Amino acid sequence: MLDTEQLKAMATQVRRDIIRMIHTSKSGHPGGSLGCADFMTVLYFNVLEHNPKTFRQDGKGEDVFFLSNGHIAPVWYSVLARTGYFPVQELGTLRKLGSRLQGHPSLSHHLPGIRVASGSLGQGMSNAIGMALAKKMDGDKHLVYSLHGDGELDEGQIWEAAMFAGSKKVDNLISVVDHNGIQIDGNTQNVMDLGNLRAKFEAFGWDVLEMNGNDIEAVKETLSQAKARTGKGKPVMIVMRTEMGHGVDFMTNLAKWHGSAPNDEQAASALAQLPTTQYGDY
Amino acid sequence: MNPYSYTEKKDTRSGFGAGLMLAAQELPQVVALCADLTGSVKMDAFAKAYPERFFQVGIAEANMISIAAGMAVAGKIPFTGTFAEFSTGRVYDQIRQSVAYTGANVKIYAPHAGLTVGEDGATHQALEDLGMMRMMPGMTVVHPCDYNQAVQAVVAVAKHEGPVYLRCGRPTVPNFTPADQKFEIGKGYVLREGNDVTLITMGHLVWPVLEAASVLDEKGVHAEVINMATLKPLDEECVLRSVRKTGCILTCEEHQVNGGLGDAVAQLLVHKYPAPMEMLGVNDQFGQSGQPQELLDFYGLNVEGIVNRVMTLRGRL
Repeated sequence: MLDTEQLKAMATQVRRDIIRMIHTSKSGHPGGSLGCADFMTVLYFNVLEHNPKTFRQDGKGEDVFFLSNGHIAPVWYSVLARTGYFPVQELGTLRKLGSRLQGHPSLSHHLPGIRVASGSLGQGMSNAIGMALAKKMDGDKHLVYSLHGDGELDEGQIWEAAMFAGSKKVDNLISVVDHNGIQIDGNTQNVMDLGNLRAKFEAFGWDVLEMNGNDIEAVKETLSQAKARTGKGKPVMIVMRTEMGHGVDFMTNLAKWHGSAPNDEQAASALAQLPTTQYGDY
Repeated sequence: MNPYSYTEKKDTRSGFGAGLMLAAQELPQVVALCADLTGSVKMDAFAKAYPERFFQVGIAEANMISIAAGMAVAGKIPFTGTFAEFSTGRVYDQIRQSVAYTGANVKIYAPHAGLTVGEDGATHQALEDLGMMRMMPGMTVVHPCDYNQAVQAVVAVAKHEGPVYLRCGRPTVPNFTPADQKFEIGKGYVLREGNDVTLITMGHLVWPVLEAASVLDEKGVHAEVINMATLKPLDEECVLRSVRKTGCILTCEEHQVNGGLGDAVAQLLVHKYPAPMEMLGVNDQFGQSGQPQELLDFYGLNVEGIVNRVMTLRGRL
């Protein structure tokens, strides 16, 4: 458990990790990774009841997280390493041949912390529902979390899953949408207008919260509220407003940074905006 | 003479239903999910007996497959149930990522496969499913030939660790395999021995192939018949032992000749024992409406078609 100042420093460290990993691998997805760094830091350090040192794929007796928008793997790898799932030095192997840190999350090389592969969008909410149903069958009171991109909501399967979770009262599930308003081809409004997400999920039977995903205090407070709302007959949705590329000025809110790597100069500029922390680079 | 006989015809989907009850009694982790076809796919008895282990997902097959993956990761043994067409083509990406690539212990139960769905026509007649599933890394592909074998196959599939595609059918067919014969995944069953030609088949065509072998006896051609109830992993030794003796092979399947049993056997022969071979199946076409037997006759997947193809094959020797 970290205090707010420590969480802020850790989120900065996670952002440094993201830039350094993607710069080294010369490919990857910095925009969404940076935008979700605050949320992922709070979730992994302060919210999840989990056992990083004794990872088990079945997640029995602990909270379980699924990353549905698998392309933001760098932020996930960073918080996994920094909470102790695997050595932080391994972050430098992202996307290299034989690495456990595949371009998108995978079990193929047995990286602790990952339970289902993701990358092809739209499947993670369903995976999370399966885990949540199994927990109910087993009398395990722990919660299941999933994270999704807003562009990912274009996928029909998301709405199959949303309808199921509402209809079947999967109330041990907290799903989060990273609503940064940008996808590969541009603004979500232009590519596929998402309309009123709160109204949509409420109509599907969810209890909906909204938060600023780049405000550590707001994330802490909203996740705490979300936990309190579980077990009441409805799945919980958090519509999380973020800035794509948050923390690096030239990457902020530009679709180009969805999936391109910074060159040497850009990486140096980005790192200069993200001061070193007490947690140290890998 | 056909060495086998039967007293009744039954459907393999009902064999699945009975097998699921046996597996569920033995293994408390067994759960079932269904996409609004509970009666058709014969999950109704399970749903009634184990309501807390049955999940109605509505007409949402992609969601069903990915939920099953999440359950499997949590330690359950989920069987998904919808028609073969909607169990494969509709959800190929979900099977690929959530199930196969993840290595999730999901059992994809796919009845109503092949032409013998009948009157519903081509949209419902899965003829590419075996090829799709055989190509998927890590997938085991099982296709029992009758009711009794389906019952036993379900029990074996439930106990097998890893993803499985379990193909079954809609119509009733002769039920002739011994009720107590345990199913071994990866085993080709030699149903009769012969020295002149090897007939390899699976599913609904096993019985007509046995009948065809009897007709061939009268022509002085003695066929060896193999029920290849597991397509993947293929029982290579079984095939090679037979072809070394007979020198030629005919495969028969209720599936496209592309991608299925014929391709699997041909691939083996090319590498290990090149020999004359013919493939009987559907030739790069869609099905159509009709009664099951009418359709098998139309596409040449009947006793006459098998016998004629064997004579063609023998003519090449």
